[in-house]
Amino acid sequence: MAGASGRGLVKPAPFAYQAPATVDEALRLLGADSAVLAGGQSLVPLLNLRLARPERVVDINGIGELDYISADDGPLRIGAMTRQVALERSELVHRRWPLLHKAVRFVGHAQIRSRGTVGGSVAHADPAAELPAALTALDARFHLRSSGGARTVGPSEFFLGPLYTAREPDELLVEIEVPEQPEGSRSGFAEHARTHGDFATAGAAAVVAPGRVGIALLGAGPVPARAAAAERALAGGAEPREAAALAARDIEDEHRRALLTELARRAIEEAMA
Amino acid sequence: MRMSVEINGRDYEGDVEPRTLLSDFIRHGAGLTGTKVGCEQGVCGACTVQLDGEPVRSCLMLAVQANGRALRTVEGLSGDGALHPLQRAFHEAHALQCGFCTAGFLMSMEAFLRQHPDAGEEELREALAGNLCRCTGYLGIIEAVEDAARELRGADRPA
Repeated sequence: MAGASGRGLVKPAPFAYQAPATVDEALRLLGADSAVLAGGQSLVPLLNLRLARPERVVDINGIGELDYISADDGPLRIGAMTRQVALERSELVHRRWPLLHKAVRFVGHAQIRSRGTVGGSVAHADPAAELPAALTALDARFHLRSSGGARTVGPSEFFLGPLYTAREPDELLVEIEVPEQPEGSRSGFAEHARTHGDFATAGAAAVVAPGRVGIALLGAGPVPARAAAAERALAGGAEPREAAALAARDIEDEHRRALLTELARRAIEEAMA
Repeated sequence: MRMSVEINGRDYEGDVEPRTLLSDFIRHGAGLTGTKVGCEQGVCGACTVQLDGEPVRSCLMLAVQANGRALRTVEGLSGDGALHPLQRAFHEAHALQCGFCTAGFLMSMEAFLRQHPDAGEEELREALAGNLCRCTGYLGIIEAVEDAARELRGADRPA
């Protein structure tokens, strides 16, 4: 059809658009003036509202090599461009890393998860996001690449503040690695949002296995944080209720502290049921 | 940028700026104004269309990202003029008032019922959470989707 231009009807500020087909090509394009477009479920609203005005948008949707879920060598390996819906539907993830299956179902709505990516959720680093918290509880490792090299960091080094990570502008998050969980590992996830799929007010992720406890909170601070005192208490035989109170004890706001205590209790009890 | 996309089985070509949203291309480029644009930040669901069968927010995609892909909009629901069972159920259960949100509900729910034909009411309510309606209220919508689900399940059964 001719004339299908939609002339003049634009919302974002102008940007140069590049859609590389490989990681190497993408790395050559990334820099201080660029924004990485993965699923676009957080970046495009920011572009539409002109809260983000990058000079260059590097669209990595065409990079097929970043779309995979595998566990061939032990740990779960998730390519950064893997859609959230693929994580949700993965039988492998459901069976062996059920916390991720539970958490991803709370990410936005089906219409968001169909486009949103695992890597995008991690790189966006919203402190109230589900996947960063679940991955923090699971001791995930984030693989970054730049044209100069590659490095791998854990959640505590990667998440630095709200929407702020250790990723340099010329780096691309390429893979999320989740260690194998011990035999008998159980998990729980609980969150509160005003309506299902809305941004969460707060939440908790828990993994409990013989010899290992991982508890992470979302909406409790600037980054998804491990609740170390609660983990130690639970490992030492404390009741879920006691551990949950420890998880939230440092939160100043009374309502949020009460909410997180309850959500942590639910997540821990689900993991120990 | 030159782009070409299949919408409801028909090819559309256009020249767009990279910053053109898919929602704007659908309405103003392709002239398919059944798709509505509400919040333009991914919250309201009015602009929901299907990309290769999956529901997506068309305001959160650049038009160029749909290049070479297949889209389905509300105009593609009633193939030969007869209303889709979902559309008919929305009509009969008074599931719309002003209608602005309806196309988004229909495109979300058509995909949902295809993927979850036996969904219960709770699952259905969860699936509806991604679309906002400001006037009718949701009871009529829930009833309509349940009616349509029953009809679609019946249609799949061998006679």
